[in-house]
Amino acid sequence: MENALWLIPFLPFAGFLLNGLLGKKLSESLSGLIASATIGASLVLGLLSLNAYLENHETLHQVMFTWLSLGSFDVSIAYTLDALSLVMVLVVTGVGFLIHVYSIGYMKGDPGIQRYFAYLNLFTFMMLNLVMADNLLLLFLGWEGVGLCSYLLIGFWFEDPAKAAAGKKAFVVNRIGDFGFLLGMIIILTNLGSLNFGDILLPEQLSSLETGLITTIALLLFLGAAGKSAQIPLYVWLPDAMAGPTPVSALIHAATMVTAGVYLVARMGALFALSATALSVVAVIGVLTAFFAATMAIYENDIKKVLAYSTISQLGYMFAAAGVGAYGAAIFHLMTHAFFKGLLFLGAGSVIHGLSGEQDMRRMGGLKSKMPKTYWTMLAGVSAISGLPLLSGFFSKDEILWFTYSSQSGGDFIFIVGLLTAILTSFYMFRLFFLTFHGDSRWTKGITPHDSPPVMTIPLILLAVLSVAGGWIGIPEILGGGNSFHHFLSETVHDVVGPHPTDLLLSELTVMVLSIAGALVGIYVAFRRYGTGKLDKESKGFGHLVEKKYYVDELYDAVIVHPIRRGSESIWRRFDVRVIDGIVNGLGSLTLRVSSFVRRAQTGVIQNYAAVILLGVILIIFYVYLK
Amino acid sequence: MSWFNEHILTVLILLPLAGVGLLLSTRSLGNEFVKRGALLISVLEFLFSLILFIGFKPMANFQFTEQTVWIPAWGISYSVGVDGISLFLILLTTFLMPIAVLASWRSVEKSVTSFFISLLVMESAMVGVFSALDLFFFYIFWEAILIPMYFLIGVWGSKKRIYAAIKFVLFTMVGSLLMLVGILYLYSQTTAQLGAASLAYEDMSRLVLSSGIQYWLFLAFALSFAIKIPLFPFHTWLPDAHTEAPTAGSIILAGVLLKMGGYGFLRFCVPLFPLGMKEFIPLIITLAVVGIIYGALMALVQPDLKRLVAFSSVSHLGFVVLGIFALTSRSVTGSVIQMVNHGLATGALFLLVGMLYERRHTRMIADFGGLAKSLPRYSVVFLIVVLASAGLPGLNGFVGEFLILSGSYEPHPAAVVISALGIILAAVYLLWMVERVFFGPVSEENSGLKDLMSREWLAIVPMIVMMVWLGIYPKPFLDKIEPSVDKLVKDFSTAISETENTPIILNRESFEEVNE
Repeated sequence: MENALWLIPFLPFAGFLLNGLLGKKLSESLSGLIASATIGASLVLGLLSLNAYLENHETLHQVMFTWLSLGSFDVSIAYTLDALSLVMVLVVTGVGFLIHVYSIGYMKGDPGIQRYFAYLNLFTFMMLNLVMADNLLLLFLGWEGVGLCSYLLIGFWFEDPAKAAAGKKAFVVNRIGDFGFLLGMIIILTNLGSLNFGDILLPEQLSSLETGLITTIALLLFLGAAGKSAQIPLYVWLPDAMAGPTPVSALIHAATMVTAGVYLVARMGALFALSATALSVVAVIGVLTAFFAATMAIYENDIKKVLAYSTISQLGYMFAAAGVGAYGAAIFHLMTHAFFKGLLFLGAGSVIHGLSGEQDMRRMGGLKSKMPKTYWTMLAGVSAISGLPLLSGFFSKDEILWFTYSSQSGGDFIFIVGLLTAILTSFYMFRLFFLTFHGDSRWTKGITPHDSPPVMTIPLILLAVLSVAGGWIGIPEILGGGNSFHHFLSETVHDVVGPHPTDLLLSELTVMVLSIAGALVGIYVAFRRYGTGKLDKESKGFGHLVEKKYYVDELYDAVIVHPIRRGSESIWRRFDVRVIDGIVNGLGSLTLRVSSFVRRAQTGVIQNYAAVILLGVILIIFYVYLK
Repeated sequence: MSWFNEHILTVLILLPLAGVGLLLSTRSLGNEFVKRGALLISVLEFLFSLILFIGFKPMANFQFTEQTVWIPAWGISYSVGVDGISLFLILLTTFLMPIAVLASWRSVEKSVTSFFISLLVMESAMVGVFSALDLFFFYIFWEAILIPMYFLIGVWGSKKRIYAAIKFVLFTMVGSLLMLVGILYLYSQTTAQLGAASLAYEDMSRLVLSSGIQYWLFLAFALSFAIKIPLFPFHTWLPDAHTEAPTAGSIILAGVLLKMGGYGFLRFCVPLFPLGMKEFIPLIITLAVVGIIYGALMALVQPDLKRLVAFSSVSHLGFVVLGIFALTSRSVTGSVIQMVNHGLATGALFLLVGMLYERRHTRMIADFGGLAKSLPRYSVVFLIVVLASAGLPGLNGFVGEFLILSGSYEPHPAAVVISALGIILAAVYLLWMVERVFFGPVSEENSGLKDLMSREWLAIVPMIVMMVWLGIYPKPFLDKIEPSVDKLVKDFSTAISETENTPIILNRESFEEVNE
């Protein structure tokens, strides 16, 4: 198995080449088939690798060739599969495979479908590089590669200027994060002389660094993570990214790429663990993002944007978990989130598909009877994200809440904000659910809503099953489960939660009950308000502020974007053209003027020249004589 | 073959000149014949230059050397050779020339023969600059490049070509005259110190120069190189020259001519005047960093595609200067490879903009939009080149930038942090340009354009292949560059530490003397 590791990323790459180079020569169905089959094959290889791993619990590793080597610095294109990477590979190929299949139905008839599948395959290739890399530099290659594909797919319908602009915004905001990633990498390389995980994560290596330096590196890497995973202050690109086709939102902007930041923190967990400051920053940013994004989801009417804010919020949970040292819980939630958020996006896509492109929930409603398959699978999704008992989201979110409360680096603040967010989450998710499926039908006349074809509903159903049951591999011991996920992952990622403080007010079960109660409160309020199909009134005051997303985009434009653009314009016109060129041109014309003055001596009259020569001779004689 | 291999550098210098003879004698056969002849010569030149690549051993010494005494009384000899620093600049030159010829296939209409003669003369001189190991020949080649380039811009350029051509020549001349003074001083020192007049590079490096003298010599040489690169604030000739030059001129200018500045620093300033150079490191690194940010900001607001690419060059070459003056093995290697990378990416951008100009007769960004719809293949190629230029990992630009930044961090952390901001800005100005040119609705003038033709594919595909190769597997290149750079950096630090140690030892001795 070890020698075939490279096939896992390279099969989708082959799909990319076929779709990209043959393009329109491929029929629509063949294009989708190639794309899905290649990633399906990667999934099978991923499962075989899991099997091989479970046999003797040894990390699989394959070096392909040297990428960059200079002096003692050596980085290869090399893949590794440990417990953490295996989870990520299976999520990426598993959820990815379902979304590829779904896309065959969703993108049917689009003239650019071959280009679409080429990008989607390229994305999978890059994402697999990201999660399988055995060194930071290759991880960075995948990291930038998925960003590129995200850019291309957000702007997939590039003739719409708004969509093209959204793609660029995503790329540029991510680049701000990448600035941190790059610097973090450079500092690691400068101090440890390597970028291979096998070298830099060794305890004796890390402990040779000062704490201040570790904090700097960790925070720089976290800046990268905040960009990719849409955390404060770099979250602004993700809502706009919903301009892409809905399956793209499901795959890239919910299930996989945006979780790369969480993966990075978990992968570098040994480093973050050495800096209490960095961990606290991660936890606080995470939980604040979770809360802040949830408030915006409440006021949003675009079904995809609600899900986008929800994604930001859930990613915040994952960072909160990682920030209190509970990496295992973060990755567990990453996985269950991939199931239910992938499902929710695909469900939303099915609704949008059925309503001929409508995304505004104010023009939905009453779809329950028209789209039963979508309805029931969506119900599974919203219940799972709300954390209803025994569903996947329940186990993972509960684990996070428990650790934010009980971990040594956790605390009441993070726990309470996390709990409040849980209430908001179930509220806005069920608001979405009721507005879409219950109450009166408010869609535009002439549209006949219909359920989607099987190629789309089968992936929905499979994801619904995963959303319901996917958490059962992580049932905590206190409920009689084995928490096998946690044990599996701990072979790679070591939590740093410390022993629980003994003076805790709440027990693990109490926290669980609180989180269930919170979810129920949210659902109840949502039902009271929207269960009958009522709509929101025009909001004023604070509500209006939230509806306008706190004017953060406008603030960034006013404080960063416009000053840079205007400033550059005026520097160019005033300094570059006038001052520097002015000096040059001025010197030029000065030379001209001087020479035209000197030229007057060249009268062309021989007598004048003779006179001057005579004068010169006399002066020379005088000079010699006087000397 | 072995005679041929041993004299390959001379062959490479003379072949284009022989080509000039060929073109002159066959001009009566028509323009088509002349174009094919030029293409043939340049391809042949490239194939021959591969001998250098294959035969070059990863060692620090000069290889493929030839030496013939020319005027013994004046100490002038014909001496050539390549090391890891010049090897890939020569290959870059011979690689880009067939592409420049292809780019001029249809766009050049007047005085076709003279145009291609100018290109070939320039090629000969460029190979000469990068291989000359005698300062007389170096200076002759250095100056000789100006003449064909002056004509390329001044005759075949666009509207403001005369202004741009004169500006280009004046800027460069100012620098090179001071360099000439420097060379003459060194020449006078050979007589004084070595007993015989010599202009050989090898003899120059044997001279013992006080740090005060080195200070002035560095300045005399550096100004010339700084203008050529160009280093902020000597860059203002570049946007004009690029905008007015024909496509082939821009490709050669960006691809090769700017590299002569970086090469000059490495070949002359670092080994010959280390003590003088040391004094200027903070200043020049500051200018390089300013240039990175400044060039990027200027690129952001340019309405003309060629000007945008020209300012992006200012930004990118700031990285090269940063790497050279950080003087670590990794940063300098990064700079050498980045010179090649920049030649490929920026050359390709100018080539692509030229293709667009042939179709639309405008370079104004505002005139475009939605080209991804009307020119899908062209758009894909353009995007790849843009991504290489923006430093996306997996393509060549990243390799150079990463080596430079990671190599420069230890000596100059603040400079690296600021320079890394330039990478964000590169994404901003490049992708904003892409957005305005390729995305959005397609207007009537921009629809119905012809996508890439086979001649254009022929020109651009080799460049893309090289971008991917250098991005994924730069090892064969780095291995050849590294030994020369290692030696350069080691010699530099030896020179510095020797002078630094001397006063300390003296101090200690005098201290002990006092104690006694």
